[in-house]
Amino acid sequence: MAIEHELETIDLHINVGPQHPATHGVFRMILTVDGEKVVDCDPVIGYMHRGAEKLSENCDYRQAIGYQDRTEYLAQFNAEWTYCLAVEKLMGLQVPERAEYIRVILGELNRVASHLMFMGAFGTDVGFFGTPFMYAFREREVIQDFFEAITGERMMYNYFRPGGVAWDVPPDFVEQCRYVVNHVRRGVEELDALMTDNEVFMARCRGLSPVTPEQAINWGFSGPMLRACGLKHDLRRAEPYSIYDRFDFEIPTGTQGDVYDRYLVRMEEMKQALRIVEQALEQMPPHGPIMAEGLKRTIRVPPGEVYARTESPRGEYGVYLVSKGGDKPWRLKIRSAAFSNLSALKNLVVGNYVADAIIILGSIDIVLCEVDR
Amino acid sequence: MLGVFKSLATAVAAAVRRPVTVQYPTQKKELPHRSRGFPLLLWDAEHDEPFCTGCQVCARYCPTNCMTVTMKDNPQYAEGKSPRKKIVDRFFIDYARCMRCNICVEVCNFDAIVMDNTWRSVEMSRYDRQDLVMDLEALLYASKTGYLKDPFRIPMGMAHSGWMPKEERAKVGAASPEGG
Repeated sequence: MAIEHELETIDLHINVGPQHPATHGVFRMILTVDGEKVVDCDPVIGYMHRGAEKLSENCDYRQAIGYQDRTEYLAQFNAEWTYCLAVEKLMGLQVPERAEYIRVILGELNRVASHLMFMGAFGTDVGFFGTPFMYAFREREVIQDFFEAITGERMMYNYFRPGGVAWDVPPDFVEQCRYVVNHVRRGVEELDALMTDNEVFMARCRGLSPVTPEQAINWGFSGPMLRACGLKHDLRRAEPYSIYDRFDFEIPTGTQGDVYDRYLVRMEEMKQALRIVEQALEQMPPHGPIMAEGLKRTIRVPPGEVYARTESPRGEYGVYLVSKGGDKPWRLKIRSAAFSNLSALKNLVVGNYVADAIIILGSIDIVLCEVDR
Repeated sequence: MLGVFKSLATAVAAAVRRPVTVQYPTQKKELPHRSRGFPLLLWDAEHDEPFCTGCQVCARYCPTNCMTVTMKDNPQYAEGKSPRKKIVDRFFIDYARCMRCNICVEVCNFDAIVMDNTWRSVEMSRYDRQDLVMDLEALLYASKTGYLKDPFRIPMGMAHSGWMPKEERAKVGAASPEGG
């Protein structure tokens, strides 16, 4: 006589991070797994909180730009740009034409660099190991060298200023930039050939954690995460800031909102960004002022409040600025796209395998400095 | 299967290409002219003293408060050898705090401070944080010995900082920059 005995199981807690290469920084996620399936996910953030907002409130308007770089260390120009836009809106400054073109070119190249970083890190998550990482970094290096030749720094540029850019670009800027664009375009195509059609890659990413447009809106997605669901929302088109209404570019969208679509949208966005750079290079005036006139050494902003937002590589990056007059902001709030996208992590991860949880986290493309500020 | 072969072909094509890396400690990439290292002070060889007058404008505008500057009467001025009434007495920059933002260079009224664009300040690792606090002698060393050959001065465009090249400044006369 056999005794019917049901096997007792308990859920297992797995602690991923904060020191784990797959979390792209110091991010911790406590997974509760039943066998291989994730039944609960508890994200823990805040390990990289430096108080960038508060630091910026204790600096005058020019000094704070250095801290904007450090909140978004993969798309520094976009962070600086948003901050400068907020100050310019409040002061009613008119940015010269040439400075606008320089900003667009650098901002778009920065978008490419940021997405290249995503491609490399995401490839490593999926299991490509070093290859896409090295390919992407080779191209990113070209962009970084170009930025270094203009601004002098490789990461923390501190180049955009309220009213324009800090100093003029070198005389061979256009030729150099064309070289970079051509070089990077080849590299992007190579990455495309390496990853996009690869069956192993597709098998791991296709149909993983699909998101409907309604869910995406409810969860506050923006950027490539939102567009992968099929919603054609891009702030460069929906609310053209700077001079984005002058360029002809397409907004890539996905269909299912799964991990593969998020990858595809970013891949296509890189190509579109390079298109924008080429158009900007053609239209850019060869000479002219790069800084708004009538600015004093200490920038004083009239009282008021303003919200400026731009389309950063990760989505809507916003700066809410309250001034009570004087040379320091009274309150500075940064709206980070990565934080909003990351807050849906539990909804995305639960029900999938543990190995897929890492890919889903990678597909959000988080920058922990931006999440924690 | 086709996609996997496409990936393989891409990888093989890249494998036969020339490497883009350099053998760093032995081979060094040339730094761009604008490369921003840490701030250094410049030496006025003509009057045999630093350009810096110790006016503290850099220390006041520094976002991280990494500088300490004091001023003294210039003994050379009393002897009639120098046009500077005041001169820097002590100057400390804590390189561990400096975030290389270039603001001190932009606000300097005397073109006395520049960012180092040589490898010397890129390889600035020390065993002790105390060693990263530079005094006046250390800050002037590169300029005095001629190691810092061609520092990058910010060209036009810094309308709001009042900076302009010396030739330009001579053209508009002794108009002092606005600000405070």
